[in-house]
Amino acid sequence: MAVYSQKAFKNLCSIASTMRGAPKIPIVILVMVFMTAIFAPLIAPHSPTVGSLPDRMMPPFWAKGGSLNYPMGTDALGRDMLSRVIVGTRISLSIALLAVFFAGSIGTIVGLVSGYFGGPIDVFLMRMVDIALSIPLILLAIILAAALGVSFTNIIVVIVLLLWPYYARQVRGETLSIKERDFVLLARVANCSHTRIIWRHILPNVVPSLLVLATLQAAFVILVESSLSFLGVGIPPPAPAWGLMVGEGRVYLATALWLSFWPGLAIFLTVLSMNLFGDWLRDRLDPKLRQI
Amino acid sequence: MEKRITFLLEVENLKTYFFTRRGVIKAVDGISFYVKKGETMGLVGESGCGKTITGLSLLRLVPEPAGRIVEGRVIFEGEDVLKKSPAEMRKIRGSKISMILQDSMTSLNPSFRIGNQVGEVIRLHGMVRGRTLLQKVIEALRLVRIPAAETRIRDYPHQMSGGMRQRVTGAIALSCQPSLIIADEPTTSLDVTIQAQYLRLLKELQEQTKTSLLFITHDFGIVARMCDRVAVMYAGKIVETAETRDIFDNPRHPYTRALMSCLPKIEVQLKILAAIDGQPPELGDLPPGCRFAPRCSEASEKCWRYYPPQKVIGRDHGVSCWNVHQYQDGESNRGS
Repeated sequence: MAVYSQKAFKNLCSIASTMRGAPKIPIVILVMVFMTAIFAPLIAPHSPTVGSLPDRMMPPFWAKGGSLNYPMGTDALGRDMLSRVIVGTRISLSIALLAVFFAGSIGTIVGLVSGYFGGPIDVFLMRMVDIALSIPLILLAIILAAALGVSFTNIIVVIVLLLWPYYARQVRGETLSIKERDFVLLARVANCSHTRIIWRHILPNVVPSLLVLATLQAAFVILVESSLSFLGVGIPPPAPAWGLMVGEGRVYLATALWLSFWPGLAIFLTVLSMNLFGDWLRDRLDPKLRQI
Repeated sequence: MEKRITFLLEVENLKTYFFTRRGVIKAVDGISFYVKKGETMGLVGESGCGKTITGLSLLRLVPEPAGRIVEGRVIFEGEDVLKKSPAEMRKIRGSKISMILQDSMTSLNPSFRIGNQVGEVIRLHGMVRGRTLLQKVIEALRLVRIPAAETRIRDYPHQMSGGMRQRVTGAIALSCQPSLIIADEPTTSLDVTIQAQYLRLLKELQEQTKTSLLFITHDFGIVARMCDRVAVMYAGKIVETAETRDIFDNPRHPYTRALMSCLPKIEVQLKILAAIDGQPPELGDLPPGCRFAPRCSEASEKCWRYYPPQKVIGRDHGVSCWNVHQYQDGESNRGS
């Protein structure tokens, strides 16, 4: 019994020491954002899409005419702002995670292959990266929206197309330096196949910087998604996406500030927290500091 | 009347060139040597003379596409390594020939625990898994005298000292009972006390396992304590090869002599360490004659024009120098 609790204590200590210097407020905010996203339908007091027209344009509860029934007020269709922001969390986060996951996977594979094999393969793949980087995102999004219509899938496709080259470049650069290290040569002496060397010996050494890039880019994705939704080529209404809500509120900016304020605040806090967390992660996983 | 002895490794006229934009770099330019079963062969020379590339050529791991083995034969256990298919080659690497490299910090993958790294090689060749594999890993680490091997297998490379890490790379190299280990300056990254300890261990393990060792180094002190025979390399060529005792008693090539005179001696107090004047030639722009001629005090017209062929001047003693007879006379005169 004592041994177990000692072990548990040790584990706690090691977690504590890993988290030393971590930005506490951003982590708390991020945990809350994630919980909100997971339990969105349970937390939301009202339906995010169906409003009651008699209650339209109600200000937040502390203002004159506000009600505690709608703590953040209601929009032009009488929909509860709080519920919309809560459900919007789920949309924004799932887009961020899916886009980063797919872009990261594609970019990592391209980067590993490109950096490891070099030569004509490298030249070809890196030109693909250059091409992908030269496509203007907004234009692509508008074209895709016009051609295929706006949908959840399309916006992820657009963002993945935008993001994967960054991963490819980063991973290629690191692969170039890692493959020159002696353990890769020794792996070849020990008869490892190229695939095995890439997956077992190079990829694990790239993961820390991938994690950092992913955290920082998740924040970026939320911003991009917001901008696209704001322009009307992102998430289609009536879904409560944060960017879309800011866009819808623009018309009423002079009379009903809260329509844009709440989703804007949600974007701001989430993105800022992710960036701060990413910065900390980068310092934490810095190869020069890792040995300490 | 040719008596053919079968050697473990026989290298004949090996040439490894690098084709770069600035021309052809002749890193290894027609070297021949052999390694007998169970012996330690030293390959000595200053940095950039092609020692490492020689080692890599034996495994056909010359950095491509710039580097290429253009000529020669590498007979290993009776078969030409250079003629093997990639699949056959992979069977040799790791199980028949393995390597220990200079820098123990980069020889091990920083993301994996020691046990996994040793285990990987054993698993790739021995087809064992699970508990037997773990047992073999611990055995391999015990063999190189890593204390508390059972707990050390859970360490990451950065948690070990340089000497320990180098022992782990030794364990990896030995784990599949290779018949040849190429040790490329395995002690340069270690400090002197650990160096001596490591060399002693290597020597003992070699005697236990009857493995041949190709020991690449620039340190004649290490040669003296480790090697049975030695080949001295200069600018991509072997200039002198002999048994270790022979080369210390009777160095024939001016370069070998110069290297010997650079060794500080314990009985002579020196203010300034001796050095060889000049620089080794650019491997991309070699003189037609003897490569050491520009730095050699005895160089004659002939030395500048033609490369000297190897002369056998004793049992297992070969020298590539035009002036070698003069030395022989000189030596015998002094002796009498």
